[in-house]
Amino acid sequence: MTAKVVTITSGKGGVGKTTATANIGAALAAVGHPTVCIDADIGLRNLDVVMGLENRIVYDLVDVIEGRCKLRQAMIKDKRVADLYLIPAAQTRDKTSVSPQDMIRLCDELRSHCAWIIIDSPAGIERGFRNAIAPADLVLIITNPEISAVRDADRIIGLIEAEGKGPGKLIINRVKPEMVKRGDMLGEDDILDVLAIELIGLVPEDDRVITAANQGTPVALDDGSRSGSAFRDIARRLDGEDVPFPPLDGQVGLLERIARLVRPGGE
Amino acid sequence: MSLRDRLFGRERRSAQTARKRLQLVLIHDRAGLSPGTLDALKDDLVAAISRHVDIDASGVHVTLRSDRDKQRLVADIPLAPSRERRRELG
Ligand SMILES: Nc1ncnc2c1ncn2[C@@H]1O[C@H](COP(=O)(O)OP(=O)(O)OP(=O)(O)O)[C@@H](O)[C@H]1O
Ligand SMILES: [Mg+2]
Repeated sequence: MTAKVVTITSGKGGVGKTTATANIGAALAAVGHPTVCIDADIGLRNLDVVMGLENRIVYDLVDVIEGRCKLRQAMIKDKRVADLYLIPAAQTRDKTSVSPQDMIRLCDELRSHCAWIIIDSPAGIERGFRNAIAPADLVLIITNPEISAVRDADRIIGLIEAEGKGPGKLIINRVKPEMVKRGDMLGEDDILDVLAIELIGLVPEDDRVITAANQGTPVALDDGSRSGSAFRDIARRLDGEDVPFPPLDGQVGLLERIARLVRPGGE
Repeated sequence: MSLRDRLFGRERRSAQTARKRLQLVLIHDRAGLSPGTLDALKDDLVAAISRHVDIDASGVHVTLRSDRDKQRLVADIPLAPSRERRRELG
């Protein structure tokens, strides 16, 4: 096995990097690919709670890098999904305790033991971001359909190219189809037009992301949710499958409803 | 916004405004030139060119355009009417 390393980053904070890491990781592992998620947000550890593994942390990323434990000891095994692991971030240290070289060395050691390594990057364009993308074979940029988030995504895409890690692929998260439909939210075409990057995921705004995070069970493991299915689609696309983007079904407008009624055959 | 505008969809939806603002902000970001810097650049340009030829400073436009793969600084600098021309006009 030689793992592929995927880093999820954004520029702007709070757009869904940690959520995406947990869900894409869970989705890959759920279909049988041994997967290790790494929380590279040193000092602001979060991936552990989103994955529901916070109570089992003994060692962290910095412990491995500074040689206080073996790599295996810092890998927390998920109980629901076989072959899903988390390497948590250190909570009491800062980004300067890790270097890009450390991350490359750590991932190289991991590569032969799993199929995928998914890295949750911190927000921003500084040291933590550089640490997170250093070992990446592929960088996924995540954004929300808002000017500020797209603008920061553009900046990050430029930096990723400058570091020789491009071209990345884009995830648009928290799309509200009804708002896009009535012209009050940037649609995927608007965003892809200005960013000129390949789209790999379109994730709707979904309350279940929050309830899932409350419970510490990634929504990708919930068969019935729209966002979960969007994350599973991303995992399949990463894996090389050609998965079409299903229409994000918004609320059907009044005219559309009338049109459906008068259309022969009805709904 | 009137009910009529609303019915006929004549209002300007916020996504359209967002699209325009986003395009503009990205053009400046990518060039590393803020609108303020562009203004300063325009003033310098006017001063430099005025040393050699009379220009109509009020009609000068300096803008950033982006083509497919290149960003372009486009300066439109109208010359002041020449002396002969001014005599003809006067
Ligand atoms: N598709 C979605 N629908 C609803 N809520 C979402 C969605 N995606 C993310 N969220 C919520 O948005 C918040 C921020 O998400 P998350 O922590 O994943 O962002 P982040 O990019 O990792 O943030 P940070 O930059 O602070 O690390 C969380 O409360 C999360 O539950
Ligand atoms: Mg995060």
